Amino acid sequence: MEEKVEIIATDEKQEFIINMGPQHPSTHGVLRLVVSLQGEMVKSLQPHIGYIHRGIEKMCESITYPQIIHLTDRMDYLSAHQNNEAVCLLVEKALEVDISDRIKYIRTIMSELSRLQSHQLFWATFGMDLGGQTCYFYGLRDREMILDIFEETTGGRMLVSYNCPGGVMYDLHPDFQKKVKDYIKYFRKKLPEYDAILTGNVIFRERTTGIGTLSLQDAISFGITGPSARASGLSCDIRKHEPYSAYDRVKFNEVLFTEGDTCARYLARVEEMRESLNIIEQLIDNIPEGPYAVKMKPVIKLPEGDYFQRVETARGELGVYVISDGNKNPFRMKFRSPNFVNLGVLNHLAKGFKIADLIAISGSLDLIIPDIDR
Amino acid sequence: MDNKQLEEFVKSIDQDLEIRNGKQFTEVTLLPSQLYAIAKLLREKEEAQFDFLFNLTGVDYGQDLGVVYHLRSTVHGHSIVLKTRTSDRVNPNIDSVSDLWETANLHEREVYDLLGIKFTNHPDLRRLFLDSSWGFPLRKDYVDDINIVTK
Repeated sequence: MEEKVEIIATDEKQEFIINMGPQHPSTHGVLRLVVSLQGEMVKSLQPHIGYIHRGIEKMCESITYPQIIHLTDRMDYLSAHQNNEAVCLLVEKALEVDISDRIKYIRTIMSELSRLQSHQLFWATFGMDLGGQTCYFYGLRDREMILDIFEETTGGRMLVSYNCPGGVMYDLHPDFQKKVKDYIKYFRKKLPEYDAILTGNVIFRERTTGIGTLSLQDAISFGITGPSARASGLSCDIRKHEPYSAYDRVKFNEVLFTEGDTCARYLARVEEMRESLNIIEQLIDNIPEGPYAVKMKPVIKLPEGDYFQRVETARGELGVYVISDGNKNPFRMKFRSPNFVNLGVLNHLAKGFKIADLIAISGSLDLIIPDIDR
Repeated sequence: MDNKQLEEFVKSIDQDLEIRNGKQFTEVTLLPSQLYAIAKLLREKEEAQFDFLFNLTGVDYGQDLGVVYHLRSTVHGHSIVLKTRTSDRVNPNIDSVSDLWETANLHEREVYDLLGIKFTNHPDLRRLFLDSSWGFPLRKDYVDDINIVTK
């Protein structure tokens, strides 16, 4: 029997609720957005999260500090090194441990390599989301080499777990300095290619300029940090404001833009890649001799009290807040993850734009879902 | 302002507030009924201007439930910590600050989801990660026989 399907004429006031995700290719993870549309325009959207909520904060309450470091890898897996560093710095600050310059230099170089590979992946996937397949191959080609350098020294490619309280797990691989220097030379040649493919592309510019503009005032109120905030002119680089490790010994610029649109958020990250290269270049030849780890007590107990430590990950400010009752595991551990906070602004940014722009806007915030869910 | 001046500034708002100078931040302990008014003053007063809420944590102290607010000023660069706690475990209520700082909206939903603290005047207080059949897992008395192994 033939069924007659009647197509209802859409009038302009009708509102559609559409599910984007949890398996949408542009969210790079299990993020579900319930978008309410009027025609092609986004009226509002609600993020639904929790698909990979693992209860890391609860788990932390029953394990020791050296064990916690391995869990932090699994939050923002592209900033694994900085996440490890945050917990280590917190423990060292609480126990007032002095670490050698060698450790500080190694940590800073590793952090910047992490940032570099994270921004490369951002560049690759952002280009792909907007229809440039080539970007994906170029970005991953260059990122793979950094992961190889990581693998040689740390044994891990993405989940490095390289830091431990009081230093790093192993000394640098003998080839490390040479490989990093070769890589900087290689990548300096490749960066203009990045600009030629995407930054200067007319279609790309048309799709990003003036889209999803975030004002400075809103960036502050929504608590946005990282490149997304610096694109709106909010100076919030922890590396400048509260230098940790060896960041007080290097010269670099805090990348600031004032436009606050999707294009500025993209440009901020590309410029940060250049700054990361500068930082590594200043340090790589001057790594001092010394121990790569300070001997710590076998059981680490933090004195009673509250501790807070923040670091600048590739996506913004990661804050670790610990309430200790003097035991070997924390009484309460809270991770203030940059992606969780940055997600809150998505509805505000996407309102009034087309659904295709939503892809560009959420791509430019560079959200990592395991860091949102924790 | 440094921590010393901050302490005096908070004292000038209310003499009776409990202020503690921690290792990093000046910590002010407030009653839930005082919280909103003091937070609003800190947000709006010219010399304080705490416009950036960078962390909001829910804590189960065993007996009490509490919330910790970490505030920073992007104008002056100083930071302060506000702490509040309530002894009501069945129906804990704390005023929402989401109209002062937009970012509190998501943070408070997370605290409600994991600790069951209700924020009055929150525009959209729903569970965030878990569905409504779950208990409140970050509470110390939460029991899950299957997934939590106790020695």
